[in-house]
Amino acid sequence: MAYSTNEMMTVAAARRLQNGSVCFVGIGLPSKAANLARLTSSPDVVLIYESGPIGAKPSVLPLSIGDGELAETADTVVPTGEIFRYWLQGGRIDVGFLGAAQVDRFGNINTTVVGDYHQPKVRLPGAGGAPEIAGSAKSVLIILKQSSRSFVDKLDFVTSVGHGEGGDSRKRLGLPGAGPVGIITDLCIMEPEEGSHEFVVTALHPGVTREQVVAATGWAIRFAEQVSVTAEPTETELTALRDLEARTAAAHGQAPGEA
Amino acid sequence: MAEILTLRDAVKRFVNDGDTVALEGFTHLIPTAAGHEIIRQGKKDLTLVRMTPDLIYDQLIGAGCARKLIFSWGGNPGVGSLHRLRDAVEKQWPQPLEIEEHSHADLANAYVAGASGLPFAVLRAYAGSDLPKVNPLIKTVTCPFTGEVLAAVPSVRPDITVIHAQKADRKGNVLLWGILGVQKEAALAAKRCIVTVEEIVDDLNAPMNSCVLPTWALTAVCHVPGGAHPSYAHGYNERDNRFYQAWDPIARDRETFSAWIDEYIHGTADFNEFQAKLATAQEAK
Repeated sequence: MAYSTNEMMTVAAARRLQNGSVCFVGIGLPSKAANLARLTSSPDVVLIYESGPIGAKPSVLPLSIGDGELAETADTVVPTGEIFRYWLQGGRIDVGFLGAAQVDRFGNINTTVVGDYHQPKVRLPGAGGAPEIAGSAKSVLIILKQSSRSFVDKLDFVTSVGHGEGGDSRKRLGLPGAGPVGIITDLCIMEPEEGSHEFVVTALHPGVTREQVVAATGWAIRFAEQVSVTAEPTETELTALRDLEARTAAAHGQAPGEA
Repeated sequence: MAEILTLRDAVKRFVNDGDTVALEGFTHLIPTAAGHEIIRQGKKDLTLVRMTPDLIYDQLIGAGCARKLIFSWGGNPGVGSLHRLRDAVEKQWPQPLEIEEHSHADLANAYVAGASGLPFAVLRAYAGSDLPKVNPLIKTVTCPFTGEVLAAVPSVRPDITVIHAQKADRKGNVLLWGILGVQKEAALAAKRCIVTVEEIVDDLNAPMNSCVLPTWALTAVCHVPGGAHPSYAHGYNERDNRFYQAWDPIARDRETFSAWIDEYIHGTADFNEFQAKLATAQEAK
């Protein structure tokens, strides 16, 4: 089956969620990938949204983080304060699944401003739940489309910390979680190099060249010694994803591409 | 005991110029009607607190009601930017807006601390983030037992909180369910609290352990069906995703925004009229 680069990204991200793991899900791309995982390889993944639903099993993707569908399909719905206090800070989250506006070579995330904070060129939405998810989840996955504007040499603002300045930064900061273990894009998969914790390319999606990845990265991106090729999306994965998007579009009254 | 009032009277009596105001609701149960009424009555110099400013604060900021915004995520959910918030931050229109920026975990904890009568909240947060560099109110505290350095942030204690909920009884006890966000904490953290509700009933028939705010903890209850639109009230109406999308071009431009406020807020007497006007405009499309 033919597929798009966006579909490849979502499928590759979904495969990273292990069955039975407890996942704190950001809205947008993370939510799409996490629900695809639940509908395919990981039916028992537990999805937690910051608005309060625990064990959400939505049949359509939520447009907002607090859609009624999330509450109706959840095992339980708790207050937002409890989500952050008991479930995240309490150490019960295996994977924090985040998006980003910008990311750097150590997996630090900017969702606050482009330009100077006090005189921003572009004011972005801000932190939301990400800083503490990035700090306290046992591991973090990041999903975003790759371009030299989003993969930058230096962030204008560190909203949510990844591996800080690299090396043992997280340990020195006293962060409980292991930090980002993968960045999944429409071109490739990056993982932190042992020791330096700098993200290097470990897998290219089918048909993608190293030159494409280099051109779409704002720092001198390196490649792991062994670079594999991501397995193409299976028919099962693509069908599940497209059905999910079609149900979502119908429920939200969107055109099919918008979901 | 909460008084059962019209929303107009409740806002007139309990929202003052210069107040710190929290209009809460995490995507669900956003008290939009109260936001409109605050604009209609021309309240000024407000410090607005909300985890997710959403359309409700985009409108209050663009209409010139706000002096300061305390928040943790300022976007139009599923759509994009809040253009009036951005115009105020980037270009000081219609007036400068001071911003005090936090994370969700911080503000959620700060509401819990406010409701608990504590001066600050303590949480494991912000290590490695630049937010403490731009918000001097984010400080640290050292645990006296383990020596761990933790984040300390001031509690949120609004002069007035407004929330929307599903039901009240005739005494003013309130029942809410679904995504609760920080509704209960925001209500109990405030000096005064107004609740708008979908319906007023003889008996709440609340199941044991459900989220009930007792009348004696509230100031006023107002009957405003649909008062959370374009947000929703679980069991009564659905989120109007189309309106969130339609808001983007309205708010993108100062002129279209001002014309919308003039027509739909200043040009209507109350939320009932607003809804009727909106319905007529949507039918005409």
